[in-house]
Amino acid sequence: MSYRIEGATGAWEIVVGLEVHAQVISNAKLFSGASAAYGGEPNTHVSLIDAGFPGMLPVINEECVAQAVRTGLGLNAQIHLESRFDRKNYFYADLPQGYQISQFAHPIVGEGQVEIELGDGTTRHIGITRLHLEQDAGKSMHDQDPTRSYIDLNRAGVALMEIVSEPDIRSPEEAGAYLRKLRQILRYLGTCDGNMEEGSMRADVNVSVRKAGEPFRTRCEIKNVNSIRYVMQSIEIEAQRQVEIWEAGGTVDQETRLFDHARGETRSLRNKEDAHDYRYFPDPDLLPLVIERDWVDGLRAALPELPEAKRDRLEKEYQVSRYESGILTAEQAIADFYETVAKDRDPRLAANWMLGDFFGALNRTGRSIENSPVSAEALRELLALISDSTINGKIAKEVLEDMVETGDSPSVIVERKGLRQVTDTSAIEASIRAILDANSDKVTEYRSGKDKLFGFFVGQTMKAMKGKANPAMVNDLLKKLLSE
Amino acid sequence: MHDMTLAAARKALSERKISARELVDHHLSAIEKLDGEINSYIVTTPEKAREAAQAADAKLAKGEGGALCGIPLGIKDLFCTDGVQTTAASNILRQFVPPYESTVTHNLLRDDAVFLGKTNLDEFAMGSTNMTSAFGAVTNPWQRDGSSTKLVPGGSSGGSAAAVAAGLALGATGTDTGGSIRQPAAFCGIAGVKPTYGRCSRFGTIAFASSLDQAGPMARNLEDCAILLGSMAGFDPKDSTCVDRPVPRYEDALNRGVKGMRVGIPKEYRPDNLPAEIAALWDQGIAWLREAGAEPVETSLPHTKYGLPTYYIVALAEASSNLARYDGVRFGERVPADSLDALYEATRHAGFGEEVRRRILMGTYVLSSGYYDAYYLRAQKVRTLIQRDFLNAFENVDVILTPTAPSAAFAHNERPTDPVQVYLNDVFTVPASMAGVPALSLPAGLDHAGLPLGLQLIGRYFDEETLFAAGHVMEKAAGFAKRPALHAGNVA
Repeated sequence: MSYRIEGATGAWEIVVGLEVHAQVISNAKLFSGASAAYGGEPNTHVSLIDAGFPGMLPVINEECVAQAVRTGLGLNAQIHLESRFDRKNYFYADLPQGYQISQFAHPIVGEGQVEIELGDGTTRHIGITRLHLEQDAGKSMHDQDPTRSYIDLNRAGVALMEIVSEPDIRSPEEAGAYLRKLRQILRYLGTCDGNMEEGSMRADVNVSVRKAGEPFRTRCEIKNVNSIRYVMQSIEIEAQRQVEIWEAGGTVDQETRLFDHARGETRSLRNKEDAHDYRYFPDPDLLPLVIERDWVDGLRAALPELPEAKRDRLEKEYQVSRYESGILTAEQAIADFYETVAKDRDPRLAANWMLGDFFGALNRTGRSIENSPVSAEALRELLALISDSTINGKIAKEVLEDMVETGDSPSVIVERKGLRQVTDTSAIEASIRAILDANSDKVTEYRSGKDKLFGFFVGQTMKAMKGKANPAMVNDLLKKLLSE
Repeated sequence: MHDMTLAAARKALSERKISARELVDHHLSAIEKLDGEINSYIVTTPEKAREAAQAADAKLAKGEGGALCGIPLGIKDLFCTDGVQTTAASNILRQFVPPYESTVTHNLLRDDAVFLGKTNLDEFAMGSTNMTSAFGAVTNPWQRDGSSTKLVPGGSSGGSAAAVAAGLALGATGTDTGGSIRQPAAFCGIAGVKPTYGRCSRFGTIAFASSLDQAGPMARNLEDCAILLGSMAGFDPKDSTCVDRPVPRYEDALNRGVKGMRVGIPKEYRPDNLPAEIAALWDQGIAWLREAGAEPVETSLPHTKYGLPTYYIVALAEASSNLARYDGVRFGERVPADSLDALYEATRHAGFGEEVRRRILMGTYVLSSGYYDAYYLRAQKVRTLIQRDFLNAFENVDVILTPTAPSAAFAHNERPTDPVQVYLNDVFTVPASMAGVPALSLPAGLDHAGLPLGLQLIGRYFDEETLFAAGHVMEKAAGFAKRPALHAGNVA
C-alpha cells in the first residue's frame, strides 16, 4: 500500500527525511549550571555563560552526554567514543555568543535504526544517520512592545539532541509512525519528554518527490514543525506543491520553508542565495569529547527495557496478542501498570480489564494513566475478587465505576454495597424455583424445545438475585431443575 | 622604594620595614605623576587599592597573609575584575563593568595582592605596538639615548610592560596569544613569562584566540615572575582547557643552575636579515649559558617559517568568532538602528577599531565555506607540524634559546603602515604559541641607541621550571640594571 501522488504525468513517490530536535532531560544546561527547566519568568534561568558575557567559558555537563549516549543505544546506533564540538557562527539576536556550539563534523552518535509499524501491521526500518548534541538558542519575543523586541534566554544553552533520519520515509503515515516511535523510545529512555506543545521535540522536514526509480530530486526543508499531525500534513501539502511545479515544467528550488497550518500551505522562508554561511570550526574552548567504553557499557547495562523488547516479553509472559502488547507498551507507564495488575493474576483477565473497562473509564474521565483515579493495586484487587468468586464480572463493572468515582478500594465497595456474590446452592435454587413457578407457561414452552428461553430464565434469576448470583451455578442449577 | 623588586618588597613587608599602605601610596602617587606621559593605565582604582592595602597590613601585622600580601600590581584590562571597568581597550566595552572576577585575578586576590588599576593594551589584545587601544597609545618609558622621541612599548600587554618598567607597579598580568607578553617585555626591558597553554585559567579573560591565549606574569625579573606565576596558575574547573596538575614552587627552580643542560639553538631563527646586534646578543646569551655549564646544541624547527602565516589564520578565525558576541544586544555600547542587522553593523563599526575590524574580516574570510579547507584546515595541519617540531627538538634539548623580537622598540611614528610588517614583530614568539609550549623573555642587553633587547627561552610542556633556571643564569650574567628615562625614581 505505497503512497503515491497521482499527477498528470503519472504517479509520484515522495522522499522524506526528518531532523528531530529533542530537548534533553537534565537539571542543567549543556555548558552551564543554569536550570534547564521549561517555563519560568523570562531570563531567570540564565547564567553569564548562556548570555555570552566576556570571558565566559563552556564546560560540558556530563549528564547531557550520558543522555545522548543512552538515546544512541536506544536507537541501536553506533556510539562514538571521541566526538567534537564545533562552533556554528551566525548573528541572531537570540544567539548570545554569536555562535551555537554544535557537533558538526564528529557527532557523538552515528548510524542506527528505528523499526516502525504501520496501520496494516507491516513494519519498516528507518535509518538514523546521526545524533548530535547542540545548544538551543534563546527566544525573541516580538509581541511585548509595539516598537521593541524582547529576548528570553531561558532556553539558550539548553541541550538538544538533533536526530537525523535517512531519507527513508515514503509517506505521511510513515513519518507519523516514525515520530511516534522515536518519541516512545525517548520517553522510555527518559532522555526527552517528547512534549511537542512545549517545544521539547520539534522536527525539520525534508521533502522531495520523484518518479519511481529516479534518483533524488531537489528537496525543501520545512522548519520547526511542532506536532506529528502537522508534520504529516506539511509533507502532503509540500509534496503536492512540488509535483505541481515539476508537472508545470518548472524546477523546485532548494530552500527553507515554513508550514502555515491555518492556511494549509508551505511558504518560502529563505532560499539558498541568502542561506547562512555558518563558518563552522572546532570550538577552541572545548577539548574533544572522549568517553570510555566502560562508561558506555555501564549506561547500556542500566538502560530500561525498551518498547520492542517489552512487547515481545509481554506476549510471551502474559499471552497477550500482538495488538494488545502494542497498546500495553505504548507508554512505559501503561506497561508498568499492566504488569502490576497482572502479577499473580490471570494475565488474560488483566489485559481484558485494562484494555476494556479501565481504559474506557480513563477516556471517560479524561485522565491519563499517570493520574488515574484507580491505582494498579486497586485494579489488581478487583481482579482478585473476580477470581475468587467474591463477585462476578457484571458486578465487577459496577464496582469499577464506583472506584473511579470514589477512589475507594473494591473490597470496601463490595462490603458497603453488599455485592458479595451468592454461591449458596439452596439460595440460588430457591430463587430459581420461584422463577420457574411464576413462569410455568414458559417452562412448558422450553421443555417442548424452545431452547432460547434458557437465557430468559438466567436473566430472571440474576435479576431476582440483584446480579449477585454466581452465573455458573445459576446455569448448572437451571439446567438441572429444568430437566427434572 | 623605586627600584625595589617584588621579591624585595615582599620581604620588606613581611619584616614590617614598610607597610602595604606606604607601598601602595607610593605607586599611586608615581602613577599620578608619570602616567600622564606613559598612559599605561586605562583606569586606576586608588580607593580599592588603599582599602586592600589596609587589609593587607592587618594581615601582615598578625603574621598572616598570602604569598602576595600587600603587593601592588597592574592588571591588564583584558581580565574581568568584579565591579571594576573592564574594556579590552575597546570602545565597544568602554562602560562595561563585569559582575565577576577572572580566575587569574581571583587567585592573585586570594593571595592578598593589591590591584592598582587596569593597564592599557592593544584593542582586544590585537597588536604588537599598543597603538590600537581605544584609550590612546602607550608610550614606552624607554627613550633612545639623547632623544625624547616617543617609542612604542610593544603589544598587546604594552600597558602592563610600561607600568612595570616605569615603576608604576611591582608586577603586572599579561596575556600572550602570539607574543603579547614576551615582545612588550623585551621592548620595555622587563621579564615576562608565557606559561604552557592550560597552565593558567582563561575563565574571565576576554578572549582573543581561545586556543592560543594564555595569561602570564610580567615583572622586573624572573624571580618576581616566578612568584606571580605561582599565584596565577592552577587548575580551574570553569575552563575546560585548563590542566589539572599541581603548581610547582617556581621560585625554587631559579637557582637550579644549568649544568649539563642542553640548550637548543634553532637554525631557522637566524634569517639573513637578522640585525647584527640582535644576532650578537643571541650569541652572548649562548656564551652565558655555556659558561654556566650548559651545552649549546644546534637544533631545527623546520616549520618555523610557516608559523606567522598559520598563526594569522588560526588566531583571526577564532577572534572573528569570539568577538561576535559584541553586537550591541546585551552589554557594551549599542548604536540604535532601524533593523537588527543595521544595529549590528552600526554598533560593530563604531565599537571596533580599524585593526580589530581588519582581523575580524580576515578571520571571517578564512572560515567561509569554500575557503575553510584552503586556509583554516591547512593552518591547523601546519600547526600540528609546528607542535611536532618542538616535540622532536625537545627529545635532544632541554630548552631553546632565541631572540624575543627582531628589533628594539620603534617610535610611534615609525610604525610600518603595512600591517604585515607589524605582524613580523611576532616572528620569534609565535611558534611557541602555536605549539602551546612555555616561553619567557628576559632583558639581556641594550641596542646601539640604549634600548633594551630581550632573549627568549622556550621549554617543554609544563616545564616552566627549567625556563626559570636557565633564565635566571642569564639574568645574573647580563646584570641588566639600567632604568628607563621615564621612571618613578626620576620624578619622585
